[in-house]
Amino acid sequence: MSVLQQEMRDNMSSVKTFKPKSEADLASMILGGDNFEIIGGGTRAIGKLDTPPRNLIDMTGMSGIIDYEPAEMVMIAKAGTPIADIEKALKKGGQRMVFEPLDYRPLLGTKGNPTIGGAIAANASGPRRFVAGACRDSFLGARFVNGKGDIIKAGGRVMKNVTGLDLIKLLAGSWGTIAPMSEVTFKVVPQVETEATLVLHGLSDLDAAKAMASAMATPCEVTGAAHLPQNIAEQFKEFDGKSATLLRLEGFEKSVNLRIEKLQAIFSEYSEQHVLNDKQTKSVWASLRDVTPFSDGTQEPVWKISVAPMAGHQLVAEFGPADAYYDWQGGLVWLRLDGDPHVDKVRAAVKKVGGGHATLVRASDEHRRSVSVFQPENPAVAEISKRIRKQFDPLGKFYTGRMG
Amino acid sequence: MTATEMTSETSSGIQMPKPDQAILARREEIVSALKAIVPGEGVVDNETEMRPFETDGFLAYRFMPLAVVLPETTEQIAQVLKYLAQEGVPVIPRGAGTSLSGGAIPQEDAVIVGLSRMIKILDTNYENRTLTVQAGATNLSISDAVASDGFFYAPDPSSQLACSIGGNIGMNSGGAHCLKYGVTTNNLLGVKMVLIDGTVVELGGEHLDAPGLDLLGIICGSEGQLGIVTEATVRLIAKPAGARPVMFGFDTSEDAGACVADIIGTGIVPVAIEFMDKPAIDICEAFAKAGYPMDVNALLIVEVEGSDEEMDDMLARIVTIAKRHKVNVVKESQSATEAALIWKGRKSAFGATGRIADYICMDGTVPLGQLPHVLNETARIVESYGLRVANVFHAGDGNMHPLILYNINDPIEAQKAEDCGMDLLKLCVDAGGCLTGEHGVGIEKRDLMLYQYTQEDLDQQMAVRAAFDPEWILNPSKVFPFEARGNERPATGNA
Repeated sequence: MSVLQQEMRDNMSSVKTFKPKSEADLASMILGGDNFEIIGGGTRAIGKLDTPPRNLIDMTGMSGIIDYEPAEMVMIAKAGTPIADIEKALKKGGQRMVFEPLDYRPLLGTKGNPTIGGAIAANASGPRRFVAGACRDSFLGARFVNGKGDIIKAGGRVMKNVTGLDLIKLLAGSWGTIAPMSEVTFKVVPQVETEATLVLHGLSDLDAAKAMASAMATPCEVTGAAHLPQNIAEQFKEFDGKSATLLRLEGFEKSVNLRIEKLQAIFSEYSEQHVLNDKQTKSVWASLRDVTPFSDGTQEPVWKISVAPMAGHQLVAEFGPADAYYDWQGGLVWLRLDGDPHVDKVRAAVKKVGGGHATLVRASDEHRRSVSVFQPENPAVAEISKRIRKQFDPLGKFYTGRMG
Repeated sequence: MTATEMTSETSSGIQMPKPDQAILARREEIVSALKAIVPGEGVVDNETEMRPFETDGFLAYRFMPLAVVLPETTEQIAQVLKYLAQEGVPVIPRGAGTSLSGGAIPQEDAVIVGLSRMIKILDTNYENRTLTVQAGATNLSISDAVASDGFFYAPDPSSQLACSIGGNIGMNSGGAHCLKYGVTTNNLLGVKMVLIDGTVVELGGEHLDAPGLDLLGIICGSEGQLGIVTEATVRLIAKPAGARPVMFGFDTSEDAGACVADIIGTGIVPVAIEFMDKPAIDICEAFAKAGYPMDVNALLIVEVEGSDEEMDDMLARIVTIAKRHKVNVVKESQSATEAALIWKGRKSAFGATGRIADYICMDGTVPLGQLPHVLNETARIVESYGLRVANVFHAGDGNMHPLILYNINDPIEAQKAEDCGMDLLKLCVDAGGCLTGEHGVGIEKRDLMLYQYTQEDLDQQMAVRAAFDPEWILNPSKVFPFEARGNERPATGNA
């Protein structure tokens, strides 16, 4: 049983768990009931907690790859398909998901198997997001069941498609609060021959932001730009206890080597440099993606904050010496606090540095009950969102409190 | 009154709503109210000056609008929309009017809100790699403004010299290079937008992703039906060290199609893979003198990027693959001038075709594996109508662009061309693809929507549309077929 399910069980006695085996099952369950919370593998226990009992729709009963043609760079899978199964099939086809779905299990201490539907519902994107797009950018089509029990298809299986409203964008990142997806179609890309990372040591947060911006202004096609201040870099054996600014390159070996040399020349003023090989690169970036620097087995507050790249270090400075590191060229800040999540302070800091949004991805149950986990929307935007939700789910059958 | 009863048929096949006489009768009053909001040259209301606004890039249909308003500020647009919504007057948002699907074609009881006077670049930030621009600015003006600093804006529709960024957002425009860089939605970070009730909202910004529902994502490609975007923040990308297009000639389209699938299957994703058949090669070569090989039946233009060493390496790999597919001409551009000529030929395909005949350009997308089948069927279908076709399209992403040649002054042939186009779009849907990859539905493909979607699918889309514009004021005659609207959804915005 997942932690999310456990949370539910602890709070209530009368919840039912539905595990549809087919789209028709799913539609008839929705027609016949209400008060549903939708879950995949239950590994992304993020969002507001509240106590009213809810019925669970567990999507893991709908699993399996429906179609995969490597030459078309597209995969179609049932929403409850484990990410692990998808990665296995892609490996065989020499391909990968360009959006590097992050796995929250280490950070949140959840068990179970993340699913593709869950990754899309969370718009779970990794370090390549700032150049290759979010999960939603790889997401091409879906079948879903709305609150009226209608089975709807949206998008398609081709990469260019402007036929009608792009409904799938609303599904990605909606955390299962507007409709359960039964089937998803997404873009996949060829695996690269090799990857490598140029590491610059000893940079301040500000200098690192500038260095990352300079690297992105070159034609070197950097696909990862992160900065670990010294207190975080110390956790990695690769960095010898010094701050580490990381620039990842991917592609054919010859090309990667040429571009590494080019970057080394550009950053020759930083004498302390070294290069991580393919294996080290894969391991370090997987750690940054899955937030293992803060995977400490606690429930201490961890924020995921998205701001403009040059604003990240300004935001962190608001917190004095902090446990924080940067991805997405400085625009993604992972921030760990002690005890209090300081919600007001975090939201004020985001506003002060020019805007963005902050999500309290980890917190104690007590805090998850009392604060807004997601960034509150401004009233005009919130009003449209409310109306859209109603159009997917006029009777309010799906639990939306998670995003409340 | 049902939606269908409210419609009238024009000279050709596509129905438009019957103009609301009550609105037509109030024309003077509406024009003077608009003039009070947008003073000076901002309201166009005489027939001669409104003539260019009668149609867009989809030339087969034209209607004289009630008036055209060309605001200079977001605030003016907010006031205009608020007023027109209160009065129940349909609004047609217009960027540069280059739509190939009739997305900007007005109706007689509608006011066009044009963005042509909002073209300023407001902010450029190279460190954050973002640029904020007013929505009437042309696509190319963005890349031009940042080119000397080594950046560009990636989506590059063929009409980029003229088309506006606001229009690009409306149609989620692509271009030749989106195989690598994505389409508009993948390069758009934020918008300022006016809702139909005059509310101004800002979505996104210089940061990534949305905290709640992804409204930016639903705006992109919504064909001016959810609001009017007045400013956009887009992502800039560092220009590649170099780019080199290479031409590969084949005896058959099947060989070319198989070569495309093999290139991608091998793990190489070039920046662009463009396909031209023999008629397209002939037309473009005659116009652009690009040096296209004339003794082949299918041509691929494959572009790679990077340093010279990288491009040499990549091209060697691609040439090896092409040889497996009986390539008989391989021609690399030897200079920047030659490279520019190769692209000039391709990008002028539509214009060059227009010099020899009238044409309609279809825009369906198909899964890559279906390309050879769809090309064969295309030839068969067009021949069955006794017409000619030139195929020029984005092969890397399966986005077909058959140009059906006809004579616009021959009503019978014009109808044939339209019917033939519809058959080709059905072919794309049957092959697992979609009606439109980058041109939008507009009025052109509106009545085929039920071929791709079920009534329930469209009901869900229309419901979301209504969350933004409950009275169907914005671009009301586009995208959704009248027959799918039912009685409760007005076809004209004034029921």
